[in-house]
Amino acid sequence: MPLLRLGRIEDDVWTPVGEAQELPERGAILVSLSRFTADHERLLAGNCALGVSLANTDNPADILPWISRISLIVLEFPKYTDGRAFSQAQLLRRRYGYAGEIRATGQVLRDQLRLMIRTGFDAMLIDEADAEAVYQLSAAELSEAYQAASDSSEAVFIKRQRAREVSADQ
Amino acid sequence: MYRYDEFDEVLVRDRARQFRGQVDRRLKGELREEHFKPLRLQNGVYLQLHAYMLRVAIPYGQLNASKLRQLADIADRFDKGYGHFTTRQNVQFNWIRLADMPDVLDMLADVEMHAIQTSGNCIRNVTSDHLAGANRDEIEDPRPWCEIIRQWSTFHPEFSSLPRKFKIAVTAGATDRAAVRVHDIGLHMKRNADGNVGFEVIVGGGLGRTPFVGVTIRDWVSKEDLLSYLEANMRVYNRYGRRDNKYKARIKILVTELGPDIYRRQVEEEFAAQRSAEKIALPQAEIDRIAAYFAPPAFEELPDASPVFEAFRSEARDQARWARNNLRAHRAPGYASVHIVLKQQGAAPGDATSGQMRIVADLAERYGFDDVRVAHEQDLVLPHVKLDDIPAVYDSLKRAGLHASGAGLGSDVIACPGLDYCNLSNARSISVANEVQAVFADPDFEDEVGPLHINVSGCINACGHHHVGHIGILGVDKKGEEFYQVLFGGRADEKAAIGAIQGPGLRHEEVAPAIQRVIDAYLALRRDSSETFIDAFSRIGQGPFREALYAAS
Repeated sequence: MPLLRLGRIEDDVWTPVGEAQELPERGAILVSLSRFTADHERLLAGNCALGVSLANTDNPADILPWISRISLIVLEFPKYTDGRAFSQAQLLRRRYGYAGEIRATGQVLRDQLRLMIRTGFDAMLIDEADAEAVYQLSAAELSEAYQAASDSSEAVFIKRQRAREVSADQ
Repeated sequence: MYRYDEFDEVLVRDRARQFRGQVDRRLKGELREEHFKPLRLQNGVYLQLHAYMLRVAIPYGQLNASKLRQLADIADRFDKGYGHFTTRQNVQFNWIRLADMPDVLDMLADVEMHAIQTSGNCIRNVTSDHLAGANRDEIEDPRPWCEIIRQWSTFHPEFSSLPRKFKIAVTAGATDRAAVRVHDIGLHMKRNADGNVGFEVIVGGGLGRTPFVGVTIRDWVSKEDLLSYLEANMRVYNRYGRRDNKYKARIKILVTELGPDIYRRQVEEEFAAQRSAEKIALPQAEIDRIAAYFAPPAFEELPDASPVFEAFRSEARDQARWARNNLRAHRAPGYASVHIVLKQQGAAPGDATSGQMRIVADLAERYGFDDVRVAHEQDLVLPHVKLDDIPAVYDSLKRAGLHASGAGLGSDVIACPGLDYCNLSNARSISVANEVQAVFADPDFEDEVGPLHINVSGCINACGHHHVGHIGILGVDKKGEEFYQVLFGGRADEKAAIGAIQGPGLRHEEVAPAIQRVIDAYLALRRDSSETFIDAFSRIGQGPFREALYAAS
């Protein structure tokens, strides 16, 4: 399945490592929250780039002490109508200041892409033939946002305020 | 009324274009119904028993003449010449083809309207007091805050795939005309000890299969904190609301299962944890900009009494009665709010023809500061009419068949569309509502009975709000036959209560006679004519009412 990162198809360099599986020497490894919790000292001491998968019932606060040393957080959409991962992503970006990759897995459909981008996802595994084009289209579907979220869109009420200040200056 | 600026305009246009693309993909077979369903629902498109239904948002129930005329044109061009006004102050069209939906959305956008989030598991259209800005008992006009909530909740990316639908209502009256205690979140504007106006936050009310009266989670939250506090509630719900069973997914179940204290603690913790960058700090200038659209119209300085109106009242009994029942006290001397009852025999309560919509639009423009409201009783309201103009307004309404004079009384029945239109329904609602209305066909009898709310739902999803009717009627299916359970004692106002089912269901033809007996029992039991049905019921209890209900069997 194509991996989109910042709207481009990229190779997936991350290797999932199971609960009891031996850790590789180097590379980029992706573990579950339970493996991370049990093993984080060894994981953080190694040479591997580290990614953590969270179930959408997991609390992102559980990885907070180590968040700056995690490069990838994978969040899950078991069904595309289940929006819990949107809240997880917003917490990671806006409250915990997480700057690494947030990747969506599971049932990822094109009509959610804008919501994902807005809540702070910068990568997704998406089953679309022309994933890049679909991404571009979805990202631009709505040109304004009423509320601030985790992306760079400026809320409409801020834009209005700036327009008022500009016109007051003139 | 609020007017779109370039940002509002572009968003509604973008949304119409986005939905046109989704419909196009669906019609071409590129999008499966399973994946299309949540998308169409977030834009108010349901698949009903016979056809697609479009629910158009009427934010906090406010319309003007051009909007109402456009709804009439849509009804004529794309539907069967009528629309259905709903208990959530929206309007529904029952016969629009899916392929026509995008054109209808464009027509709506032309008059600053849309169908965004009128359905689906998202924050729905915010509702309010239909007399906002006109009544005498509100501490402040709630509509600016409704509009602020509308904008904040529109396309909110985090709260677009909630466990279930989410309904917010705002009121500012001492009398709650917006049923805030039976909403997912109800906001009641009030002053704190320092005299500042803010919001009591009531969470977890709702009807449906498991009705609850909401719980006050915060006695007072400031205007400044309102949106951030709502976000805290929404996040707790989005993360922890149940998703394993759609019938247990509403926030009322979360609040009940956690217990209000634990729910409150979670919300307060989430609220306290918000960093300053997460807070929604609306500039005062933006609040003022929005509030300015709701400034009172230029009322003339008039005496309290109008000789023209007095003459109208004393001229004919039916006029006196209409004036007594359908006019509401207005904040400005010499004005009244006019209640237009949309309850006609043979039609679903809330239905209005395109011709009727145009007449109401003309009246609003000519006599009513271009303002029309939808009341949750499925009626229309002209909020600001000069008493001097009442005779002219009445004449026009009468010519249009819109002069039914029982507003707030027995014949002003709230009902869902029922089995005639809805694929969820178990039983007919419209015909039962019509038969119950007929109990009150004699105006003298209806007046004698006085204020009475009767609500009819065709199934346990409770779209007719039967739980909060003084008398509620619920259609159930028993082995392919329609039966109707009767509830007593519900109310949706500031003393909100859930009615109690009285016993076994009645057959269709038994319902109206049973209601007649209950009303007769009430008339015999009440202290005097000032004791309303619901007050008498509260004082006496269900015993004699229940007995009267089943007296025939």
